[in-house]
Amino acid sequence: MDKTGKVVILPCSGIGKPTGALAREIAYELAERARPEKTAMTCLPLLVIGDTDALKLVRENPVITIDGCALECARKSLEAAGAKPALTCQSVKFFLAHKELKPEGVAQLNEAGRKLAGLAADELAATVDRLANGEDA
Amino acid sequence: MEMRVKVGIVSCSGEERPEGTVCRMACRRLLEQTTDKTVTICLPLFIAGGREERTFASKYPTITVDGCEKRCAARATETLSAKPRMTLLIPEILRKRGLAVPRTHRNYGPEEEPVIRAVIEELAGAVDEVLAKA
Repeated sequence: MDKTGKVVILPCSGIGKPTGALAREIAYELAERARPEKTAMTCLPLLVIGDTDALKLVRENPVITIDGCALECARKSLEAAGAKPALTCQSVKFFLAHKELKPEGVAQLNEAGRKLAGLAADELAATVDRLANGEDA
Repeated sequence: MEMRVKVGIVSCSGEERPEGTVCRMACRRLLEQTTDKTVTICLPLFIAGGREERTFASKYPTITVDGCEKRCAARATETLSAKPRMTLLIPEILRKRGLAVPRTHRNYGPEEEPVIRAVIEELAGAVDEVLAKA
């Protein structure tokens, strides 16, 4: 798939917390449902090993990082790869805005978490549109 | 007091490929089933974390699980922490068992369960093998 000119969605690779699973689910909701034509994803571990194609992708396109905890692996890995995020966010902020939807489960999110991911993706879609148009986040 | 050795599991988690989801789910479920024997770390913490995270593979005999031939987990662990004791690859496990790679990244259910179970079994066997030699 040609990823040129797409907004890159980069979630953390969190395997320890529901908010890591939420970050991943938000990314899929955004890239597969809300804005499939305007977004692309890459594996965060590819940045960790310095994969040439992944580095080129994040250096030449706007990137939204979605982190699952305060350690901000996605943002820090992106910056270590020599790129600057167009927008950084933490998945927990969406829970704080929708406290009735508590994400649970790490291997798989519960239904509330999946619903929250959908809402978060819808909120981020406007940012994707702006970035795809060459505007600021 | 006797200190029990635990095995460190490092999953690639590849967000772009279904094999990454398989990796992540299988590793996470095994971890939940074997909290007395295993620990994990989020792979990007080798870069984003501090000294404590970078000594992970020195403190624990480590098994890496990768979703593709790029072997991010194995390479990152060896380069940024220490050489893993064993390295597993999802395509090899599925090929050996005659199973197909799932087509989706998420919302796994009964259709994908045999794949997840196969990886958990292979990983559990690897954990026991590493512990036996520890």
